[in-house]
This record gives sequence, C-alpha cells and structure tokens, in this order.
Amino acid sequence: MRNISLDYQAGSRAVAPLAPAVGVLGILFGYLATAAGLTPAAAILMSATTFAGSAQFAAIAVLGAGGTVVAAVAAATLLNARYLVLGLSVAPAIKGCWPKRLLLAQLVVDETWAIAYTGGGRFNGGRLFGAGSVLFLVHVGSTAIGTVSGNLFADAAAFGLDAAFPALFVVLLWPHLMARSAVIAAAAGATIALGLTPFTPPGIPILGAAAACLLGLRLR
Amino acid sequence: MTRAWLTVLLAGTITIMIKGAGPLLLGGRLLPSRALPVLRLLAPSLFAALIVSQVFTHGERLALDARAAGLIAAVAGAAHGARPFLILLGACAATAVFRFVMA
Repeated sequence: MRNISLDYQAGSRAVAPLAPAVGVLGILFGYLATAAGLTPAAAILMSATTFAGSAQFAAIAVLGAGGTVVAAVAAATLLNARYLVLGLSVAPAIKGCWPKRLLLAQLVVDETWAIAYTGGGRFNGGRLFGAGSVLFLVHVGSTAIGTVSGNLFADAAAFGLDAAFPALFVVLLWPHLMARSAVIAAAAGATIALGLTPFTPPGIPILGAAAACLLGLRLR
Repeated sequence: MTRAWLTVLLAGTITIMIKGAGPLLLGGRLLPSRALPVLRLLAPSLFAALIVSQVFTHGERLALDARAAGLIAAVAGAAHGARPFLILLGACAATAVFRFVMA
C-alpha cells in the first residue's frame, strides 16, 4: 500500500503546477456553457463526464452557434476519439474489479496520461489516480464556480496561461527524448499534427499523430 | 429534454465508453510484447503533437504568435534541468510579456 500512496502523491504533485490554468479554463467553460444555454447542473455534469476541455468547448461552441445536437456530440466525439488509444495504452496499469477500472479510466486526459507514463511504454496506475483525482476536482469545481461567477477571465490570455499546457508536455516529453527512435517519433507526430490541421476536423490531427508510434514496428 | 441536456448526456456517455473500453476489456492484463515498441513511441509522438497543436494552431489554421515564446522558454528550461513549476511559470511569463509587447 505504501508504494501506491507514494505513487498517488507523486502524481498529484506532478499535476499541481497546472492547477491554476485548469481552474481558469474550468471557470471559462462554466461561464461559456451557461451562455450557450446549459443549466449550471448540465455544465457541471458535462465537466464530470466528458472531462476533457477541448471536447467540452467544441460541443458548446456548436450549440451556442445554433448547431444541431448531432453536430455538437460529433465534435466532442472526434476530439475524444484519441482516448480510445490512450485507454488501451494504460490498460495494463489499471487493475481491479470492472467498476473500479471504468472509474479510473475516466481520469485519463492528455495531462494525467502523460504524468502516469513511466517510460518504456509503461504506465503507473497510482500516478494516474493521483494526477487524475486532483485535476478532476479542480476541473469540476472551477466549472461550478464559472456557472455563477460570470466571465472572470475574459483576459486569461494576457497572463499567458495558455502557455502552461504545452510547457507541461515539454517537461514530460524531455526525459523520453534520449532514444533516437523517440526523437523520430516526436518529429513525425508533430509533422502529422500540423500537416493535418488545415484539412481535417478538430481532433483528427492528434489522432493521426498517434499513428506515428507505428514506427515502433520498424525502428529499434 | 432540451438540446443542451441531450448533448451533455450523449457526449458524456460516449466519452465514458471511449475512455473505458481499453481498461474494461483488458484491464490489468499485459499487452502482447509486440505492442511494447509501438507503445514506447506513442508518448513521444503524442506529446509532440499536443505541443505543436497547442502552440502553432488557431482553430483549423496554423499560427505563429506569442505562444511560441513560451515554448522556447519551456524548452530552454527543460534543457537546463529547471524545476517543472519554474518551467511552467517561465513559459507563461514569456508568452504574457511577448503578447503585451506585440499588442
């Protein structure tokens, strides 16, 4: 048990610097969701179940612009499609009875998945739980605040908070760039993502970039 | 049921199934050893894709703006072994300053 609680702490510590930026995004989502016609309860439920910023913002943007339910759900689904791949990759680290596995799987978002990664294609369930539960609470809590606070952070960009997310991925990517194959995969992933961006709906570029890992079948 | 509620319930249910599929079907089991070299490259390729998407795109367009200054700061920090918290802070500060100067 000791190791699990140490892993939990390591995960929650790793995600802590991101908490302010996640909180600002949550408040912004809560505000925009109510502006797009969601009740506060619906906005909070969406943060708890769809739990992935980009998919939530995309869905309410479609709704707010008068789009159909099908279009809004499709936008969210495309953006979250990559979690099928991420879910498969962390599966070996998620143990226990099926309700527990299903719940822990919901804590997988880009940031927590990245923090749970321990290298060599392996993941740590305790770190995922630690990072995921902190992020989940901040995300859902800040959404709730946003539904009643109004637009507190119209100018979040002025503080450069949007730079926090890519910076975290730089921090997490860096130690894994030792192997030549990893550098090639990173370059291929970045190229695919930027190359697809102008031509495909949101969500597809990241999903396509994941295919760069198939280089692993050839590279050693 | 309103459009908003329908969207929330459908998007939530679909996401829960997408995220849960892998861990439900093969939770705790080891993936075949052939999958390991592929998985080993999944993290670098996805990390890099997320970074460039968050820095160099705006909607469905490519963009070059103050976020690039934040990325440069983050890479410099990581290369010098700075603490993660300082790297995030430096990236935000660089982006904010650059944005302020350019505005």
